[in-house]
Amino acid sequence: MKFFIAILLTALLGYAAPLYFPWWSFAVTSFIVAVFIHQKPLKAFAGGFIALLLLWGIHAYIIDNANEHILSQKIANVLPLGGASSVLILITAFVGAIVSGFAALTASFTRGKKV
Amino acid sequence: MRIVPFIVCAAITAALVILLNSQIPTGGSKTPRLGYFLSPQKGFWQNAEPTDVSFNNDLKFDGIEGNADVYFDDRLVPHVYADNEHDAFFIQGYLHAKFRLWQMDFQTYAAGGRLSEIMGDSANGTSFLKIDKFFRRLGMVYGAENSLKEMETDPATKASCDAYTNGVNAYINSLDESSYPLEYKLLNYKPEPWTNMKSALFLKYMSYDLAGFEQDFEKTNAKSVFTKAQYQALFPYGQDSLDPINPKGAVFVKPGVNMTPPANADSLYLNYKQTVEPAAAPEKPDKNNGSNNWAVSGAKTKSGRPILCNDPHLGLNLPSIWYEMQISTPSFNAYGASFPGSPSIIIGFNDSCAWGFTNAERDVRDYYELKFKDSTLQEYWYNGAWRQATFRDEIIKIRGKPSDTEHIAMTVWGPVMYDQHYPDKLHTNKTYACRWKAHDGSNELKTFYALNHAQNYDDYTAAIASYQCPGQNMIFAAKGGDIAIKQQGQFPAKWKGQGDFIMPGDDTNYAWRGNIPDSENMVMHNPLRGFVSSANQLTYDTSYPYYLGGSYPVYRGFIVNRNLTAMQNITTDDMEHLQTSNYNVFAEIARPALLKYIADSTLTANEKNYLDVFKSWNLNNDATETGPTIFKIWWDSLMKVTYSDEFAQTSLPLPWPDGSTLIDGIIKDSTYQFADNINTPEKETIQDDVTASFKQAVQMLQKLEGEGHLTWGKFKSSGVRHLLLIPAFSRLNITNAGGGDNIINAFTKYHGPSWRMIVELTDKINAYGIYPGGQEGNPGSKYYDAFISDWVVGKYYRLLFANREEMQQQTNLKGKIVFSKL
Repeated sequence: MKFFIAILLTALLGYAAPLYFPWWSFAVTSFIVAVFIHQKPLKAFAGGFIALLLLWGIHAYIIDNANEHILSQKIANVLPLGGASSVLILITAFVGAIVSGFAALTASFTRGKKV
Repeated sequence: MRIVPFIVCAAITAALVILLNSQIPTGGSKTPRLGYFLSPQKGFWQNAEPTDVSFNNDLKFDGIEGNADVYFDDRLVPHVYADNEHDAFFIQGYLHAKFRLWQMDFQTYAAGGRLSEIMGDSANGTSFLKIDKFFRRLGMVYGAENSLKEMETDPATKASCDAYTNGVNAYINSLDESSYPLEYKLLNYKPEPWTNMKSALFLKYMSYDLAGFEQDFEKTNAKSVFTKAQYQALFPYGQDSLDPINPKGAVFVKPGVNMTPPANADSLYLNYKQTVEPAAAPEKPDKNNGSNNWAVSGAKTKSGRPILCNDPHLGLNLPSIWYEMQISTPSFNAYGASFPGSPSIIIGFNDSCAWGFTNAERDVRDYYELKFKDSTLQEYWYNGAWRQATFRDEIIKIRGKPSDTEHIAMTVWGPVMYDQHYPDKLHTNKTYACRWKAHDGSNELKTFYALNHAQNYDDYTAAIASYQCPGQNMIFAAKGGDIAIKQQGQFPAKWKGQGDFIMPGDDTNYAWRGNIPDSENMVMHNPLRGFVSSANQLTYDTSYPYYLGGSYPVYRGFIVNRNLTAMQNITTDDMEHLQTSNYNVFAEIARPALLKYIADSTLTANEKNYLDVFKSWNLNNDATETGPTIFKIWWDSLMKVTYSDEFAQTSLPLPWPDGSTLIDGIIKDSTYQFADNINTPEKETIQDDVTASFKQAVQMLQKLEGEGHLTWGKFKSSGVRHLLLIPAFSRLNITNAGGGDNIINAFTKYHGPSWRMIVELTDKINAYGIYPGGQEGNPGSKYYDAFISDWVVGKYYRLLFANREEMQQQTNLKGKIVFSKL
């Protein structure tokens, strides 16, 4: 339960923060959520990772569908990813996820080991 | 707290953020900041516009005085209905920015020699610093500053520019890092505020593109290689097929200006001896920058009303140079193609009349060789005395590096473009000043503004009277029945040969003899033949008392006039056929000569097959034909076989002869003087050259056939390229497009009709148009390149020239923006 609440809160704040702050501000909120909802390092990392994986992945997916893949196919040639929209969405999701995961992992070390 | 893992993980997180927030060098360029770029909330995903997007909005601005509605029709063409002109131009600026901001900003960076600021000094093998230096030294900023003064002196121009600039900035101010156009995110920079100076720079860029072609250095070099007779045979003045804009046989008044060349011109200037090592320019405007326009009187049309047609030929880019719109105010109601970057409709029509342009192609840029006292360039020798130079410091900011300063000496002629500092690789140690018409202050916007308001012939002549540069053939037709064309611009009065070569800069006698009086510029008003036309051919026959200079294609004008002479009962459909015609009149002229000279008996069976295809070709450069490919490769190879031996006498650049020169030469004279290969003991004839070049061509044709690229469309493989030449943002490998050089449908590889327009001046205007682009500059929009496929196959859209009530009844609108005062 705690794990899912962490994911939900991380995603929620990870969406809210960049509305007012730079793109990477979700790293700060992922950290804060993981400080208050303290979990073991692996779980904390997974929670932060999954939250942004889903947030960025689903957001990009929704945008891409509404755009009928017009832009994602072009960007997936510029970057270059062979023009595959799906790969671009996965990479997008992963980039958010990895930053968030490490931010949350960092937070998990703010307390000592639970016995 | 577990200090060590905490610090390690915090460091990794921070490093990831820093890495993803930095531009990483790859190959010749840099990535965007990937974290920002990929962020669905901030980065490129925000530019992926939903395909069912609605453009409805309600906007309030301080800068708006009344109320205005903008309706977007099904092609996303805005129809602006404003209470006053001020609001109309504000909204035009706003819309240009909303749909084309990056493009208009980028173009002014290019024009002002500022690309290094955003691109760095070089990327992917392109030296932006070199391009910037070229534009600065050419005097682009100097010219734009002079023009801005003129523009801001005229109250109506200033008012329209101010309102336009405020509109652009109103849009820019609404942006944040998530809503910047895509290219800003890709290149990682921010839009800067728009200014009237940026509009002036954009217009100077058009002067560069249209009045910036010259080959003075190349021709000066040619003088050192060829005798006078050879030179005149290679670069003749006028062509045999010439059908000038102003029909042949016109009688010209004796010029009021003394047009005798300076007394020492034969020994000092027209000497065909001197060698000048030319400094290579990083780029030249495309020689093909031309256009077609024509207007027929009611006597030749089915409706009994004039029809006006225009298709300006430019480099074809995405986003397109044109943005289509209607502007309706109580004082004027105009529709047509506008320039993102400038107020008013540029090519279009209003309730009373229609207008369009082709390029005059006059040579208005010349160079003068100067002798300076020393390397500080403080004093130069002029009219027998030392004269003080002034200086302009042009500071070029370079991204990621210290700035570069161009310290440019200014002389009576203009800026010193070439000196020992620029470019130095040829070590000429000579200095050349540039005199260019575009250096002069001028207010072209006044003409467009007045044309938007024009109601009749008198308004048209008044509107264009002040227009200076780039010189244009300005065509006009009115509902009242008038048709007219005038070559308008300030053209230097030149004696024969003046400005073809670099001139001596120490003698005032080599200056332009003022301007050709406006009354001696060509004008035709309701001529008996029932039409007026231009296609960049020479304006007059060579008896015109002033030297025209420049470079003038001959065949499009010839075929346009032949068609228009024959046509009667013309409809807009007929005009669509003519404007998209792929008929190759150059091939019609050249084919009999080629077939006459080729030695059939020496051909193999395979070669004969290709020759048979060529013989039976219908002379249309259609995409599916193979005849045009055979002709093009054969002809290019014949040009090479004929001239390359003579032209190999120097390793420095030379101007290449026109196709018309060779064909006129071999039709007139079967012992054409350049047929002989000067490097062999034998005496080659034109028969030898024609046959040898055909055999060479067949080798290439076989290769193409093997690759399946023999048809004209596949061989040409045309495209419309993004301004940054990013393939994914371009439409490349278009294989179903016909047309080409010397053809009315002048679509070559990346160049061609940038806006096709046909306007029938019936009571309710009946107009058609299309351009190879789309209304949105955003590559993430479905409107980005929406017109290209239709344009390629020669389709047109009916232009919706509607009043507000008619617009309200449209059922397929894409949205409506209501503008009002804040």
